[in-house]
Amino acid sequence: MPHLNAAQRHLVHFTLNGRMVRAEVENRMLLSDLLRHEIGLTGTHVGCEHGVCGACTVQIDGKPARACLTLAQQIRGSNIRTVEALVTDPAVLSPLQAAFRHHHGLQCGFCTPGILMSLDALLRERPDAGRKEIREHLSGHLCRCTGYATIIEAALDAAEEQRKEETPNA
Amino acid sequence: MKPASFDFLCPETLEEALAALAEGGGEARVIAGGQSLVPMLNMRLARPGLLVDIMRLDPLRKIETSGDEIVVGAGVRQAELEAQPDLSQHLPLLAAAFPWLGHVQTRARGTVCGSVAHADPSAELPLALVTLGGTVSLRSRSRRRKVKADDFFIGMMATDLAEDEMIESVHFPKARPGWGCSFREIGRRHGDFAIVACAAIADDDGLRLGIAGVDDRPRVCRLPALDNDQFDDAINDIAWSLNARDDIHASARYRRELVRSLGREALKEASRCRT
Repeated sequence: MPHLNAAQRHLVHFTLNGRMVRAEVENRMLLSDLLRHEIGLTGTHVGCEHGVCGACTVQIDGKPARACLTLAQQIRGSNIRTVEALVTDPAVLSPLQAAFRHHHGLQCGFCTPGILMSLDALLRERPDAGRKEIREHLSGHLCRCTGYATIIEAALDAAEEQRKEETPNA
Repeated sequence: MKPASFDFLCPETLEEALAALAEGGGEARVIAGGQSLVPMLNMRLARPGLLVDIMRLDPLRKIETSGDEIVVGAGVRQAELEAQPDLSQHLPLLAAAFPWLGHVQTRARGTVCGSVAHADPSAELPLALVTLGGTVSLRSRSRRRKVKADDFFIGMMATDLAEDEMIESVHFPKARPGWGCSFREIGRRHGDFAIVACAAIADDDGLRLGIAGVDDRPRVCRLPALDNDQFDDAINDIAWSLNARDDIHASARYRRELVRSLGREALKEASRCRT
């Protein structure tokens, strides 16, 4: 029965954006801080640190979740995806990101990585997602710039693009 | 906004977890999904010396039907219960409440029993459990006991749980034929804690109304039929009996008005959709 002492760092293994990661962390280390400050993936933003704003949203085993409400110790063996996983070539935006750009779905960009990870999970699970589902997923995020309307338009557009790609003969 | 330091235990059996709670002397806390506890840790409103992670204990990760109850183990995430294909048949009140219960992003991690243990007075799961007349199964190293949900919640984020106990499961009574229900809520943002939430059940025994967000714990009461001329007075008496307070989110007067209006709407809908 592993009892992990508070005074020491302890090893955690997990998959991050397709690669195995080993990290030595204190028990009190949050996933958001591990990603940003230890691993250096600064795409995951840290806002309120109590689960309200949604800026730190990442995918844990395919589901969108708050990195600031997750202890690094809780993700042993899990599969984590961050906004950095959306593109393979840094020069080319993913279809969802391109739709955000086209529709002005962001201004300051602070909330954007979290929103992208929620919407990416939604569109993977529900390619037929409409305005209602998109609005429900967005309710877990705060954006102080856009008023959300352009984000919803971007998401609807990306969903439609995705459906076209999946049924090329339709 | 970082937690104070704590030891972390990953027990391999429930007995190990219970032993840690028994020996922890109040310093040990169970962590499941962490969606209520980690904010408390981050804000240092909670500073436990030891966290006991129960999410790797397979016996706790089950949803079972036992007679006329659905039994949800302590390791079951809210999204897992929400995704049960027969949820709207057996637990239509929960199916109606789920869209209001946190956000997709917190339901993916948070557990059903964790929300019950946290006992926020405006939370939807405790409200549904109390309104349905459900029970909470508690377990410590030396004993097991079942407590009625209405007796389990004793005040603002306060429960009957002893220091050495954990919730093993919660029991939701299944809907019966001739039964109707409804859930209504007003909050600042969809998915945030309710300013007022109402859960209503209509059956052969009459009308039941559960109310969260007003008193320091979810409350349930019986009401006369909607067409009875005593109804208005009865729901008004209930609104006044809940010790509504002013806070940053809403005034006491607004909360009482929501009890009357949302309560009436919920009871109307529950009566209309009786099967």
